[in-house]
Amino acid sequence: MNTDNNIDKYRRQFLASATAVAGLAVAPGIILTQVAHSKPLDQPASSKNRWGLLIDVSKCATGCNACVKACYTENGISGVGSPTTDAQWIRKVKLTDKQTGHVQSLPFMCQHCETPPCVDVCPTGASMKRADGIVLVDKHICIGCRYCMMACPYKARSFVHEPIHDQIFPRGKGTVESCTLCVQRIDDPNGPRETACTEACNAEGHKAMWFGDLNDPESEISKRLKQYGGVQIRADLELNTGVRYQNLD
Amino acid sequence: MKKPRFLELEGRSTGFFALLAILFAFIAAGAGAFLYMEHNGHIVTGMNNQIVWGMPHVFAVFLIVAASGALNVASISSVFNRKMYKPLAPLSAILAVSLLLGGLLILVLDLGRPERLIIAMTYYNPKSIFAWNILLYNGFFAIVLVYLWLMLERRFNKYSSIAGFFAFIWRLTLTTGTGSIFGFLVARSSFDSAILAPMFVIFSFAYGLAIFAVIVVAAYTWTGRTLGNAIVQRMRTLLGVFVGASLYFVLVFHLTNLYFTKEHGFEKFILAGDTSITKLFWIGQILIGGVIPLVLIYMKGFKARSALVVSSLLVIAGGIAQMFVTIIGGQAYPLPIFPGKIVQSSFYDGVINLYTPSLPEILLGLGGVAVAIFVVIFAMKNLRLIPESLADDEIDPHYTPATESAESAA
Repeated sequence: MNTDNNIDKYRRQFLASATAVAGLAVAPGIILTQVAHSKPLDQPASSKNRWGLLIDVSKCATGCNACVKACYTENGISGVGSPTTDAQWIRKVKLTDKQTGHVQSLPFMCQHCETPPCVDVCPTGASMKRADGIVLVDKHICIGCRYCMMACPYKARSFVHEPIHDQIFPRGKGTVESCTLCVQRIDDPNGPRETACTEACNAEGHKAMWFGDLNDPESEISKRLKQYGGVQIRADLELNTGVRYQNLD
Repeated sequence: MKKPRFLELEGRSTGFFALLAILFAFIAAGAGAFLYMEHNGHIVTGMNNQIVWGMPHVFAVFLIVAASGALNVASISSVFNRKMYKPLAPLSAILAVSLLLGGLLILVLDLGRPERLIIAMTYYNPKSIFAWNILLYNGFFAIVLVYLWLMLERRFNKYSSIAGFFAFIWRLTLTTGTGSIFGFLVARSSFDSAILAPMFVIFSFAYGLAIFAVIVVAAYTWTGRTLGNAIVQRMRTLLGVFVGASLYFVLVFHLTNLYFTKEHGFEKFILAGDTSITKLFWIGQILIGGVIPLVLIYMKGFKARSALVVSSLLVIAGGIAQMFVTIIGGQAYPLPIFPGKIVQSSFYDGVINLYTPSLPEILLGLGGVAVAIFVVIFAMKNLRLIPESLADDEIDPHYTPATESAESAA
């Protein structure tokens, strides 16, 4: 009996190992089909893509902060309880029309301009725009002059006012930062994934935010923009923003 | 008119060492403030994500603007060939370099990552006006120091006017660059204006001359050297012209804004608001920095030397107020992100942001000022920078005793 039990035990172990080995052997094939559509890590970003966001203001719920929370969890943004100095990569903005009193609410973050004023003014080139339209700060060459914060028309940037510990992605005292469009998700070896904010908005059931490639006419974001239109914030500055809004009165 | 005899400061009196001790105390306090801010981050300052440039920038930009203005006296002698100013040209050049050094020191030590200064020199974004300014500042040091050397080395005196002309063009470019740091900000209604560059040039004339005048009068009075009324009166009237011109530019800037409906909110905030910015504008910039100096300069009945010193000190105080109004006021007023809407958010959108400078920021600024003054004194002590006498008959080619008595009465 004991011998039979041992044999069964060995068989189970063998089968488990065999399955694991088989899995390891097959997995690359499965992953490869995905990688074929994504950017290898050693390749630069391509100007064939223009990553962006679309926000339907009519669907954004007043009081809902799911996108903000998701962003801070994803990117490891935690303040020290000082509202004037804590970083805010994304914020909810409440708009009340001065004439009519009509109230709207929307998430607001770096608008990922095609011609970003922050990139123009940065003395070292730390503020930069990737070929795929994402505006980023290179934390290694940012000298913390804050000129980009003076230049940004959207007040999208924050300065790190205190030492930071346990960061998930590169952050550091004395440098400037802002929404990265979850670049770590876009550069995922398994293929681009949507941003944390859009994912959270969908999970909440509001479905007010879309992430996608503005250069791809077949993407959901492009189709929606083509069908329903969309506006840029401070369109008068002609910065051609990567973040667009719908139903903003 | 005799050839002036240049002499170093003796620098042995108790007063001299007391002055040095005070300067060292300020420099030490500034250094301590820097270390404190660098260690803890900017959270220990009054600056935040709304007011990103605070008191250090007020001091730094003031000193940088004044630096190019301090070169005026040298420019007037070299470029415009006014002989009366020639004996003071070397001091003018050294003051320009010192003020720029003090200003840049503050600016660099207020960076989030001051230890990365080398990056600012090696990584270069050619489209950044800030990066252009780095070249302009370094160039200013080089050109003015060469100019100074040509003035002090007798064999090469003949080349000094060419260098002076080049320095004059460079200083105009430098202040245009400094003004454009603000003028090129498309996003902010308070700054987005081409007039800021020439306005800063005019400010620089006034601030630089005011500091120069105080230094000259202090140096000559404290060392017991002769300072004639002719040069004092010249500087006094010149300061009046610069202060008047500054007020004119401020008037045009605000009148233009008042004409545009979209700027009414900003203008109301500056001109008729209930924050300290409005008080600083009217009492600091306009009254103390403009109107009272003009009265002291142009009204008869004041002693020339006292009028020059008091009006210069007031112009300096008004200049600091002007920088505060321009730099802090421009950030305190909310960005027009959603025109026509009342905007509310956790990130202080749509509200006027308040700013209270912290002690370390002020000490860092004063430390920079102390460094600038120390360098000037050090140079005067070790180089033959200023003439032994600036008596009227020694510097004024058109001197007659009658002029002296007429100017003494002024």
